[in-house]
Amino acid sequence: MTLIELASVIRSKNAGPYLLTMDILFKDKICFEKFRAAGLMSKEKAAELYGIDVADVQSVIFFEPADALKITINRPIVSGGHGDSDIYGAQQHIPLMNWEFELAEG
Amino acid sequence: MTDQKNKTFKVLSPTAILGYGFPRESFARGMKEKPDLIAVDGGSADPGPHYLGSGKSFTNKEGVKRDLAIMIEAGLKARIPVVVGTSGGCGAKPHLKWCARIVREIATEHNFSFKMGLIPGDISPGTVKNALKDNRIFPLDHSVPLTEDAVDQSTHIVAQMGIEPFIKAHEQGCEVILAGRAYDPSAFAALAVMRGFDKGLALHMGKILECAAIAASPGSGSDCALGILEEDCFVLKPLSLERKFTKISVAAHSLYEKADPYHLHGPGGSLNLEHCSFTELEDGMVKVKGTLFEPSEKPTVKLEGASLAGFRTISIAGTRDPILIDIIDDVLDKVKKRVQSFFPDMDIENRLHLSVYGARGVMGSLEPEKTKGHELGLLIEALGDTQEKADTICSLFRSTLLHYGYEGRIATAGNLAFPFSPSDISAGEVYRFSIYHLMEISGDELFPLICENIIGGRNDID
Repeated sequence: MTLIELASVIRSKNAGPYLLTMDILFKDKICFEKFRAAGLMSKEKAAELYGIDVADVQSVIFFEPADALKITINRPIVSGGHGDSDIYGAQQHIPLMNWEFELAEG
Repeated sequence: MTDQKNKTFKVLSPTAILGYGFPRESFARGMKEKPDLIAVDGGSADPGPHYLGSGKSFTNKEGVKRDLAIMIEAGLKARIPVVVGTSGGCGAKPHLKWCARIVREIATEHNFSFKMGLIPGDISPGTVKNALKDNRIFPLDHSVPLTEDAVDQSTHIVAQMGIEPFIKAHEQGCEVILAGRAYDPSAFAALAVMRGFDKGLALHMGKILECAAIAASPGSGSDCALGILEEDCFVLKPLSLERKFTKISVAAHSLYEKADPYHLHGPGGSLNLEHCSFTELEDGMVKVKGTLFEPSEKPTVKLEGASLAGFRTISIAGTRDPILIDIIDDVLDKVKKRVQSFFPDMDIENRLHLSVYGARGVMGSLEPEKTKGHELGLLIEALGDTQEKADTICSLFRSTLLHYGYEGRIATAGNLAFPFSPSDISAGEVYRFSIYHLMEISGDELFPLICENIIGGRNDID
């Protein structure tokens, strides 16, 4: 399965010029809890999906008030730096969107 | 300060960024609520380092003027202050001056008289260097430790002010307040805190209102929102019939552009959202409770600076040839090496950047896919110490690639399709973020207040 089946929003954006932050807003509490309980997301998994070192993953945080998951990584290039391809960081969500995983039933 | 028990404090936020516009109907609906303050965020660091470095605004002058004229007229009529945070896009000296000039133009054209307060957000290189010597500067996120050279090279250095400079301007009775770089919620929260409302709630409400209707559903960057602060909670109210705040839309906004949604850091302390609750009320309103303000041990401000990185020249081209597409990375690498051989002294690797659209143009090194499109778009970007040098690197790379005889080539007349003549565009100055650090403050008066009486369109200070 993919996150599209569980979430209504999957997005990325700068959190300041040095960080890139990804938000996954789950469709409801049930989807949120099911995904969280499965323990599928970790700093290691985020690093794997983005092809970066675990040290470049700042945090993986589940945010209960919004039934959301937040992943923050270091930007490979500071916003607006030479060679940056996405000043706002708004198009870096794809690895999360395409990620395929198994979620146990029940 | 008066006790505000059983009272409310209402803030009208017209739009996400001054100049982005708002429907007059929504604004009028907001004014009918008898707000205590009209506040708006004037900028952001998000559009990149160019605007802070160059001193230009990323917002449009006519857009800013239109928004401000409506706000000032309403504010004067209702006898409530109009406050702009991070004026002119980045809140450095030229940005504040730009915004103040627009306000004076409005006053002249509409014959408005009022007291204007200007609060510059610039920090002098000397102040930053003194702090550096005293070990009072700390890198934020993964920025590098600050050096004196980086300070000297920065064209503008600003700090995000908290609520105190705004409170001073309110105490002086300023009717229109334009601030330089400010922590976004400050412009919205200062007057409420001055009147005795809870700082955590006031700042959290400001944090949401600074984006106006972006936190509503459907979200919009160009519509109004109202915040109603009470003793132990605040309520967000939509001002357009097509929008409502929902528990999720408001909670989700706490995540937006933040690394840690539970702890929002700002000058003087953090907002702790761990015990925050969001409750939906009637008419698309949402009530927020439980936000705590936790003062930091030592008061700090966030510094931002930008410096000139060089000059940019770009060229855009496409290729449709499957033989070239198949080996594009290798070809680009070889052409780069050839251009390097023309200029052995020039560090081409760090002066030339190639974005291959259709392969990894959008995500660069983060791109997990290895597939390529049937056609590729190529963006050649050269960076030079002068515009001429950037032009030279771009030109030579472009011409070398155009006629490069790669292995297996069948189409020998030219490797690239150019959409434009001239093919190369001199794009001017390139800035980079040079300072993104926390500075511990040591009792310095960082944010002075300059009052200006604008009388019937004339003003006594330029």
